[in-house]
Amino acid sequence: MNFSIILPETFLFLWAILIFVSDFFTKEEKKANLGYLSLLGILVSIFLLFSTGQGELFGKVYSSDALSQFFKMVFLLSSFLTISVSIDFSSKIQRHKGEFFALILVSTVGMMLLSSARELIFLYVSLELVTIPLYVLAAYLKPDPKSAEAGLKYMLLGAISSAILLYGISLIYGITGTTFLNEIKTRLIVDYLQIGPIGSGLFLSFIFFIAGFGFKLALVPFHMWAPDVYEGAPTPVTAFLSVGSKAAGLVAFLRVFFDSFLVYNFDWVTIMATLAALSMIIGNIVALLQTNIKRMLAYSSIAQVGYILVGMVAISERGVSSVAFYTLAYLFANIGAFVVAIAFELQTGSSEIKDYSGLSRTSPILSLMMMIFLLSLVGIPPLAGFVGKYFLFAAAVEKNLIWLVVIAVLTSVISLSYYVGVLKEMYFRKNEEQVKIRIPLGIRIALLICIIGVILIGLFPNPFLDFASQAALVFKY
Amino acid sequence: MSEYILTLLVFIPVAGALLLLLVNGSNAGLLKSLAFMVSLLNFILSLYLYFNFDSLNPGFQFEINRVWIQNFGISYHLGVDGISLFLVLLTTLLSAIAILSSWSAIKEKVKEYMVTMLLLEAGMIGVFVSLDLFLFYVFWEGMLIPMYFLIGIWGGPRKVYATIKFVLFTMLGSIFMLVAILVLYFMNYNYTGQYSFNFTEILQLPIPLNAQVWLFFAFALAFAIKVPMFPFHTWLPDAHVEAPTAGSVLLAGVLLKMGTYGFLRFCLPLFPNAFMDMIPLFSILAVIGIIYGALVSTMQKDIKSLVAFSSVSHLGFVMLGLFALNMQGIQGGVLQMINHGISTGALFLIVGMIYERRHTRMIEDYGGIARVVPIFSIFFMIVALSSIGLPGTNGFVGEFLILLGAFNSRIIYAVLGAIGIILAAVYMLWMLQRVLFQTIKNEENKKLLDLNLREIIILIPIILLIFWIGFYPQPLLSKMEPAVKNLLEYVEQKSDSITSSSGECDKICEKAEESSITKEK
Repeated sequence: MNFSIILPETFLFLWAILIFVSDFFTKEEKKANLGYLSLLGILVSIFLLFSTGQGELFGKVYSSDALSQFFKMVFLLSSFLTISVSIDFSSKIQRHKGEFFALILVSTVGMMLLSSARELIFLYVSLELVTIPLYVLAAYLKPDPKSAEAGLKYMLLGAISSAILLYGISLIYGITGTTFLNEIKTRLIVDYLQIGPIGSGLFLSFIFFIAGFGFKLALVPFHMWAPDVYEGAPTPVTAFLSVGSKAAGLVAFLRVFFDSFLVYNFDWVTIMATLAALSMIIGNIVALLQTNIKRMLAYSSIAQVGYILVGMVAISERGVSSVAFYTLAYLFANIGAFVVAIAFELQTGSSEIKDYSGLSRTSPILSLMMMIFLLSLVGIPPLAGFVGKYFLFAAAVEKNLIWLVVIAVLTSVISLSYYVGVLKEMYFRKNEEQVKIRIPLGIRIALLICIIGVILIGLFPNPFLDFASQAALVFKY
Repeated sequence: MSEYILTLLVFIPVAGALLLLLVNGSNAGLLKSLAFMVSLLNFILSLYLYFNFDSLNPGFQFEINRVWIQNFGISYHLGVDGISLFLVLLTTLLSAIAILSSWSAIKEKVKEYMVTMLLLEAGMIGVFVSLDLFLFYVFWEGMLIPMYFLIGIWGGPRKVYATIKFVLFTMLGSIFMLVAILVLYFMNYNYTGQYSFNFTEILQLPIPLNAQVWLFFAFALAFAIKVPMFPFHTWLPDAHVEAPTAGSVLLAGVLLKMGTYGFLRFCLPLFPNAFMDMIPLFSILAVIGIIYGALVSTMQKDIKSLVAFSSVSHLGFVMLGLFALNMQGIQGGVLQMINHGISTGALFLIVGMIYERRHTRMIEDYGGIARVVPIFSIFFMIVALSSIGLPGTNGFVGEFLILLGAFNSRIIYAVLGAIGIILAAVYMLWMLQRVLFQTIKNEENKKLLDLNLREIIILIPIILLIFWIGFYPQPLLSKMEPAVKNLLEYVEQKSDSITSSSGECDKICEKAEESSITKEK
């Protein structure tokens, strides 16, 4: 067995333990160094990721392929950006500053393992490894009742959704007698494909899987937890939740769906398209009404998952590659927007949209960046979000899902009006008392990476598209 | 050189904008001169197009065709023909003039303003020279953002409302075009086995009749909102009135032309049968626009909104000409796009100049100022008369050709359209009379200053163009002619082949064919 392919995860996990341990020996005022140490660990892990090969391990439980590599890159990037921002944010955290970084690393390890999971028990355990640190992280600002509420809410609902997923797994195991995705696929083909209507057990387990993953993705109607948790959690954690955790749910969903369930002759397209449409409509319309930027971004991220699902519904190579590509585009734009919100929050203590008024006068560069991130989220050319959305819609149009694309484009127009609402405050409103936002080093690095990502992917998408297309080749359609 | 000239035209303003970002924001003089130099350089470069344009070649010239996004068959394909050539020239000219005109009007955020103007210029040129549907959409949509800020930051009292309305309207229209472009892309793949957004390749695609209608409407909505055609015009008065002078100049002078240009460049050759079926509908809407716009203009109390509504009327003429679908009509339409850009652009400039002096645009606040500011009044008269279409000015040539074309296709449209010309004389002359002549009622008007040198320099090229096109339009028409002729022949050929071939294929096509036969009878 070639253990080297699991090296990036192993290394990062050991590094997380190192951070936990060295936390004991670090003085309170030097905790920031632990953040830089974590960043170093992530960089090494990224290096390992691209230098180790592909293959399978533990008897097809774990497989490292182009898809998992693509998403591991997404996870490592999002945790790099999150930690880089958290170094400056940790002034708001009173206790356990060092563990904060380590917990993010552990969660990232979970995500990486999840993206390689080809077996349901392993998948479930990885998923728990992703979420349990996140429960803690959401409640990290303990004295703040909103943060405590966020942690509790996230944990209770997360536990329920995990239980539902586990129930789905046990049903599948009961029906097919295996937990390996490729064997489930064979069993579904052999035993069930010819038998007419769907059995209630299998139907239930499909629904449970959709509900379980829907929760992680914050897909309507499983999205109820997202706005409160996003608002209450420390903002870097929110950024991490909205991108890293979502991408993790997405990759697990892709694996289970395309690797095994898809063979079953079930009306997947209608179900998934309905969920996508609902997410886009409800997410965007409710986002219109928000006055807090974190809540607005929470609802917008619900809608963004809807767009991602549009590509998935197409059930084609083009669809999956555009899903992967859009995830990358979304990563930079969404984390970027959160980073600006964090910089603003650190200085002013507020995340109300109306407090952004007149920001373009005092902090022109920060405002310009926010504008670019938000416009990329809308899908205005020539930014990354536009190219991403274009390809997602192209995949759906290819499969004649014109109605879904029409909903998608119409809701994009709705989304324009609330994203532009923030621009309106920053650029058109005057506010003499607006302060100049100081941008500390960590935030500066994160902003720079995000802005380069958004513009570069928009103008020269070729290499990223190639990578995403390779990732899509992992499945057979 | 000739391969890269269009790329230069698009990216020099972008480079200029980036350069301006490096300049210290407090140094307004330097910022303004730099921006003006960049736009002037672009204008001079665009003259290269005019002098090296091969009048006999009906196809695209100065073409560049490179792969941009390989996996999706997206190319960086630019080119101009006799139709887009003058629109590019108009854009570069008006951009330079617009920047010069904002010299004293813009006092705050000069840096951002100039950057926005230059990005807007790049976007506008990009729209007119793109020959790849993806690239076209990138410019088309990307241009919204500079315009959004131009109105929203430097606009009038109701700017926020106006700019959001403008952006939402345009985005709503163009988003269906995005879906239609994707549908075309896959149709092209099914037909040729090649993924391509390249306009010249998609042009070869015979599209079944029923699909043509849907796709036509998806494109037409985007363009009709931009023009704006009659029922979609409600964003225009708000945007125009609230925009700063330079914004109005570019909005009226160039942005509206993108709609009419889109009809001519994309709707007509891509969906010829649908286009022909829609002639009655669009001609009637155009005529309604002409008369409605003129009537509403008559009632305006604000000079700027009068000019804004007159655009609805003038663009109605352009649409009438295009939908006449004959040589005179289309040539007149293209020429009138240029004319409207020149005349209405100049009217907005003039309104801006007087507004800077008195800070009011109400007609009733003026009166009798011809004696106080004679130079201003002469310019105002000439431009207003050219907007009406007085013989000897540019407006006459364009409107005459359009009416001739409309007359050849259907007399009733020409007759109704001609009423619009009379109404134009009513609102324009009545406004001139109330502003320039009569007695001076308001004491403040006695102290008005006449135009300064900069303002005269801005207006001189416009006046020259007005008379040049008015007396000797031949150089323009002869450059347009091969392209228009080629387009008409191509459309006729393609529509015939689609109707005849689709007769065999399926029932829906048969029905459409029957309806087109009955129409011929």
